[in-house]
Amino acid sequence: MFTALLIEQLLNGLQLGVMLFLMAAGLTLIFGVMGLINLAHGSLYMIGAFACAVVASATGSFWLGLIASLVAAAGVGALIEVAVIRRLYDRDHLDQVLATFALILILSEGARWLFGSFPLYLDIPKLLQGAVPLPGGGQYQLYRLAIIAVGIVVAVGLYLLIARTRLGMRIRAGESDREMIAALGVDISTLYTVVFALGAALAGLAGALVGALQSVQVGMGEPVLILAFVVIVIGGIGSIKGALVGAVIVGVVDTMGRFLLPSLLALTMPAAQATTIGAALASMLIYVVMALILAFRPSGLFAAQS
Amino acid sequence: MKRILAASLFGLSLATSGLAYAEPVKIGVITTLSGGGAGLGIDARDAFQLAIKQSGNKDIELVVEDDAQKPELAVQIAEKMIQGDKVDLMTGIIWSNLAMAVVPNTVAQDVIYLSVNAGPSALAGANCNANYFNVAYQNDNFHEGMGEYANKDYKNTFILAPNYPAGKDALTGFKRYYKGALSGEVYTQVGQTDYAAEIAQIRASGADSVYFFLPGGMGIAFMKQYAQSGVGIPVMGPAFSFDQDVLPAVGDAALGVKNSASWSPDLDNEASKAFVQAFKAEYNRLPSVYAAQSWDTANLILSALSKASVKDKDAFRAALKAADFKSVRGDFTFNTNQHPIQNIYVREVVKDGDVLTNKIVATAFEKHKDAYAEQCGL
Repeated sequence: MFTALLIEQLLNGLQLGVMLFLMAAGLTLIFGVMGLINLAHGSLYMIGAFACAVVASATGSFWLGLIASLVAAAGVGALIEVAVIRRLYDRDHLDQVLATFALILILSEGARWLFGSFPLYLDIPKLLQGAVPLPGGGQYQLYRLAIIAVGIVVAVGLYLLIARTRLGMRIRAGESDREMIAALGVDISTLYTVVFALGAALAGLAGALVGALQSVQVGMGEPVLILAFVVIVIGGIGSIKGALVGAVIVGVVDTMGRFLLPSLLALTMPAAQATTIGAALASMLIYVVMALILAFRPSGLFAAQS
Repeated sequence: MKRILAASLFGLSLATSGLAYAEPVKIGVITTLSGGGAGLGIDARDAFQLAIKQSGNKDIELVVEDDAQKPELAVQIAEKMIQGDKVDLMTGIIWSNLAMAVVPNTVAQDVIYLSVNAGPSALAGANCNANYFNVAYQNDNFHEGMGEYANKDYKNTFILAPNYPAGKDALTGFKRYYKGALSGEVYTQVGQTDYAAEIAQIRASGADSVYFFLPGGMGIAFMKQYAQSGVGIPVMGPAFSFDQDVLPAVGDAALGVKNSASWSPDLDNEASKAFVQAFKAEYNRLPSVYAAQSWDTANLILSALSKASVKDKDAFRAALKAADFKSVRGDFTFNTNQHPIQNIYVREVVKDGDVLTNKIVATAFEKHKDAYAEQCGL
C-alpha cells in the first residue's frame, strides 16, 4: 500500500509542478525578454479561469471554455501590454512592481464587479472524469494525469518555438540585446506584445485547467503567483529550462513535505503535536529549499547569461 | 446658520436622550469582503444590513470595512473604528484567527463585541469577558454534533481541518463526542486549494468515513477533487463545508452529504420562514448559516436598544444577555459565558428544483451548551 501511496504523491507533486511551470514559463519569459516584473500575472491566471467557467456554463462545453480562456487571457494580456506595461520598460523595478500591483487590484475588483464574490462553478469535462488504476494497486485521478500531459506538451512546444522558429530566434536575440535587434530592423514593440500575450495565454490556460479542479474565484491567482516567483528564482530568472526544473522541484518538495513530515515527526513526538508542527514545517519547506539553492547557486540553477 | 443648526440639533438630541432608541448608535462591522473567504462575509453583512433596514430604525449607523481575511488588517480597522469612528458596538468577524487578534483588545477598551461567527475556545473559558457576546456558537459545537451523529454509522474516521484556532477547535469538538477510532488526523494550510496530497493519504488510510472542516473556497476545492479521486469513502462535515455559499460551486458532488448546524433554511419556525423569505426577496439567493447568525445578531442588538441606552453599558449588557428577540434558530438563550445554548441539527444536502440546499434529518443535541462555560468566571 505504501508504494501505491508514494507513486500517487509523486504524481501529485509532478502535477503541481507542471501547473506551476505554465505560470512560471510566462513570468520568466517576460522577465527575461523585457526585464519586466509582472505581478499581474496571477490576475491573467484568474481571467483564464473566469473565461473558461463563463463560456463552459453558457455553452455546456469545457473545451470551448478552454479556448476562451486562452483567447481572453492573451487578449487582456496584449491590451494591458499596449496600454500600461509598454510605458514601464525604461523604468526601474519598483515602478514596475507598483504599476502591476495596481493592475492586480483593478482586475480583481473588475472581476468582482462583473461576476460577484461567490465562486463560479466549473466542472471537469465528461471525457476526463473519474480515476484510472495505477501500478501498485492505487488509483489516480484522470484529470490530473491530463494536466501533466498538457504541461509536457507545452514544455516541448515552448522548446521548439524558442529553439527552432524565427520568432524564437528574435525572442532569444531580444533577451541578449534589445537595442541591437531593434537596429537590425525587428519591430521590437510588436515582439514584446506577442511575448507578453504568449505568457498571458499560458497563465490563462493554467487558470482554466486548475479552475476545474479547485474553485474559480476572485483572488485565486495571487497564492499561485508567489509559488511561481519561487520557481523562477530557483530555476534562474529568464530560463525556460530553469522554470521547468524549478517547478517540478517545488511541486514535488511541497507535496512530499506535506505528506512525509508529519509522519516522520510522529516517530519522535505525540501524534497530535506532530501533525501541527509537521503542517507548519511543510508550509515553510519550499522556502528553505529556495534559500539552500540560492546559497550555493546565487543566480538560480540555470541562470540565463546577461 | 450652520452653527445655529448644529446647536439646535445638539439641544434636540439632549432633549430626546431619555428615549432609549432615539439616540444615534454606531456599529462597526469588520468582515471579509474580498479574497477566497468573501462569500461568508458578504452573506453576514447582507443579512445584518437587511435586518437593520427592516427594523426601520434610522438612528443606527453602520461602519462596514473589509478585513481581506488578514489579522493585521483587522486589528488596524478595529483600532480606527474605536479611536476614530467612536463606535458603540462592534461585530462581523468571520475567522477565528482574526477574532483572536481583535476581540481581546476591543473588549479591554470597554467596547461591546458581538460575534456573528467566530467562537474560538480561548475566548469561551477562563478568558471570557462581560463585553464579549457570541451570538453564533462556540467553535466546537457543530463538530460535537457531527461527532455524536457519526457514532451511529462509523467506526474509523479520517479527520481534516485547516491549521488555525477554529480548525483545532473543530477537531477537538468532533473527538469529544466521537467514540470510534481515528485513522488519521491532518491539519492543512489556511487558504490551501490543492488537496491531492491529503486525498492520497485518505485513500491509503483504510478509513470508513471522512470528516472535514474546510469553510469557503477550501471546501469547494476539496469536495471537487475528492469526488473525482475515486476514493469513494463517505464524507461528512459541519455546515461550513456544505453551506449555501459553497454548494453552487461544488455541484452535485455534495448531494446526500450529512452536515451539522444550528440552523437550516427549512427550520420550522415563524422567524426563520420570514427571514428566508425576506433574504430571498432582497438578494435573490438562499441565505447561509452565516447570514442566519448575523441576522440574529442584528435583531439581538435591536432588542437591547429598545430596552436600554447603549451609553449605559451595564444596562445594555443586561439587555443583551436577556436575549429577548425572535431567533431564527427557535429557542435561544445565553449561557453564563455569553455563548449560546441552542439545538444542533444534522442536515442533508438535497436538490430543491435546480437549487442545492440543506434539509434537517435529525437533531444531534437539544439545548446544547459548550464545554468551556464552567471555566468562565462571569
